[in-house]
Amino acid sequence: MYRWILCWRYLRTRYIALASVVSVMLGVATLVIVNAVMDGFTAEMQQRMHGILSDVIIESRSAHGLENYRHHVERIRRIVGDDLVGITSLVHVPAMVSIDHRGETITRQINLIGIDVDSYADVSDFSKYLLHPENQQRISFLLKESGYAPARAHFPESGWEYRRKKAAAEKQLRQLREQYEREQQRNAMLREAIDQPPPPTVASETSPESMQFGLEPTTSRGLSLPSLPTALTVNDSGEVESSSEPHSSPVRPVAASSEQQPSPEHSTVDTLTPRVDAVATLASDQARVFDAEFQQHEGVVLGISIASTRYRDAAGQVTDYYYARPGDDVMITFPSAGNSPRAINERFTVVDFYESKMSEYDATFAFVPLEKLQRYRGMSADAVTSIQLRLREGADLDAVRDTLRRAFPLETMVQVSTWRDLQGPLLAAVQMETTILNILLFLIIAVAGFGILATFFMIVIEKTKDIGILKSLGASGPGVASIFLGYGLLLGAFGAGVGAVAGLAFVARINSIADLLEVATGQEVFDPTVYYFDSIPTLVEPMTVVWVVVGAIGIAVLASVLPAMRAARMHPVKALRYE
Amino acid sequence: MSELATQIRPRRRQGEPAHAADIALQPTEPLAAPSADVLLEARNITKSYRRNRLEVPVLRDCSFSARTGEITAIVGQSGSGKSTLLHLLGTLDIPDSGEIYFDGRRIDNLSRRQRDRFRNQKLGMIFQFYHLLPEITAYQNVLLPMMIQAGFWGYLKNRTAFRQRAQQLLQRVGLEHRLHHRPSELSGGEMQRAAIARALIASPQILLADEPTGNLDQQTGKRILDLLNDLNENDGLTIVMVTHDESIAAQCHSAVVLSNGTTRRP
Repeated sequence: MYRWILCWRYLRTRYIALASVVSVMLGVATLVIVNAVMDGFTAEMQQRMHGILSDVIIESRSAHGLENYRHHVERIRRIVGDDLVGITSLVHVPAMVSIDHRGETITRQINLIGIDVDSYADVSDFSKYLLHPENQQRISFLLKESGYAPARAHFPESGWEYRRKKAAAEKQLRQLREQYEREQQRNAMLREAIDQPPPPTVASETSPESMQFGLEPTTSRGLSLPSLPTALTVNDSGEVESSSEPHSSPVRPVAASSEQQPSPEHSTVDTLTPRVDAVATLASDQARVFDAEFQQHEGVVLGISIASTRYRDAAGQVTDYYYARPGDDVMITFPSAGNSPRAINERFTVVDFYESKMSEYDATFAFVPLEKLQRYRGMSADAVTSIQLRLREGADLDAVRDTLRRAFPLETMVQVSTWRDLQGPLLAAVQMETTILNILLFLIIAVAGFGILATFFMIVIEKTKDIGILKSLGASGPGVASIFLGYGLLLGAFGAGVGAVAGLAFVARINSIADLLEVATGQEVFDPTVYYFDSIPTLVEPMTVVWVVVGAIGIAVLASVLPAMRAARMHPVKALRYE
Repeated sequence: MSELATQIRPRRRQGEPAHAADIALQPTEPLAAPSADVLLEARNITKSYRRNRLEVPVLRDCSFSARTGEITAIVGQSGSGKSTLLHLLGTLDIPDSGEIYFDGRRIDNLSRRQRDRFRNQKLGMIFQFYHLLPEITAYQNVLLPMMIQAGFWGYLKNRTAFRQRAQQLLQRVGLEHRLHHRPSELSGGEMQRAAIARALIASPQILLADEPTGNLDQQTGKRILDLLNDLNENDGLTIVMVTHDESIAAQCHSAVVLSNGTTRRP
């Protein structure tokens, strides 16, 4: 009893000892904060990865893919049984996307994924990450009129509205340019005619219509447009850009061969993007020219980082710059199926962006409808490259994987893995980082322990007489020692408790604190151009907090063991004589 | 002084029935058993301190006995070893050689734990510098031996009885108006009274007093001595008192003089 009374009194009267636990307090607070942020990042990342990768992935390494996949799907259903919640088949190919932007072509390496629209939503969180609210319900791969990314500030005008404007502007531009070309030609002819009066045979070689055009009074107007060829890439009237102006060029010559010969720009683009039969048939089915104003190519959902870049503008605001947007056309190049793959170029219309905030996925994933990709690649409609399974909550992924591995031996060129297997190295790296941080921060608390040790030694020396008195009254050595051990325990509990509360309070307000620090120091604490999170994610694991607190108290008690032993061993007579 | 002398009549008291049952029995030497009314006895004690490798002898072949119900004084010059003898008698220290008996049982060779219990239950001690714990009130200081004795749960269970006894004792020593004062708020005499109350709370058989008046003015010192006499007379408390004041020693039932590390009758 006397131990607790004395502990309590010492705690109340020795403020210097409280100062020595400030470091324990800070250490505990830091540990709580760091763990919360690391766990927050990990949980966020895992959730996103898991959302995309689903639970179990069955991939074929063969160039033909998994033939007769419906049969395999049935087999998997039988094997996995009740644990299965969703199953979908995919075609996965490496690909390259070419985006035309302001007359330049930007190429990016991507993963082209053909998805089965109906079943993919059962397995993956795919649609959750799309920008258009309707696509979030169900993806249609058709361009929407407008209304993309309602929550995003400064998202450029997209959809049919934009596409029509762009196509109209392009049409206008093309007409102007054609006119200019024609007049250039006529001028040249006229000049030729004036310089050396030609024999009539020469004049008859040129087409009579162009001669007729040449005589029109627009000649002077054509000559007055010398800047037009350079203005091709500018034309920034409002939202409209001429960047993808050549898009329609591969189509146009099919049905419009009677029209004017393509300009030099057109012809260079043509060599880059040879005519594609699929599109041509699409266009010729309707026996009409592909009209970008009213028609779209097959839809593609691009990862947002493929078509945009995030930067900080002159005012310091985080801004996205879009090379392409929903409504633009892009070219995707991918290998055909079979043992000697050829490159296939296909034109797609961007119908939406995909933003999972996992930079790896956002920068590489592009989604197209499964049956289209099968057809373009020349695969049979029965072949896919991978099958993804979503299992019941709490199902044993590893057990399911192992069962499936027995059903699909490696000899069949099929690999079965869980999402953890695929992201194993990343998860392990994050885990290791967390562990090392924890060890380092615990060392800080250990350092604080030495502070407690020193302070306690001083208190024991200061209390020498009291120790002698207690011993003369019959207090035992262990009894005296326990005063100081209890004192250490109380101080540790106090420091760890206050530290934990401070840490949790910090975590709860971490984003406003980050903002405050930004204002105070002018230094960005959490840079949204680096991370794809808008705010710092946190997750408090109660057990982690408990362990940190217990560990800190343990260190405080350990630090008081030596002073307590010294107090216990103190000779009562010497202690009483001490003045 | 003469007043005091008349007050204290040398007087013999029948020894209280000896029972030290709760001290673990040690093999006692029957030959060495003292006469029944000797409560505390030291036989041929030697004690020396080591200071810078130099052996400084303090007590040499020193013998002492205190009879039940008496006040026994130990007189001597400063540095003659009075306090050392008292500490040995109070088991705070162990003699180099010789034996110490309490109530017929040897106590100098008890284990540390047993000596702690002995001090707590059989012995009360007061000091020249009072030695109250400065952090807690007089009342809590008085309760301290009971807290040590009873442990956490035992104390909680019996705390009403303990508190009552502490209050009675503080009343007995005349400190009922200073119950909840810290030692720093008490005068020297008050502190010594509190120390006496603390020494008595566990109902000890003997009180060891180390210069109880050494730090007090004559008036206050006299009151403390009066209190001790009163306790001796009315409660039959055996007291061993170390003092350098021969006039105080003269008023006690018996006295020994300590010089050159040995005792002699005055």
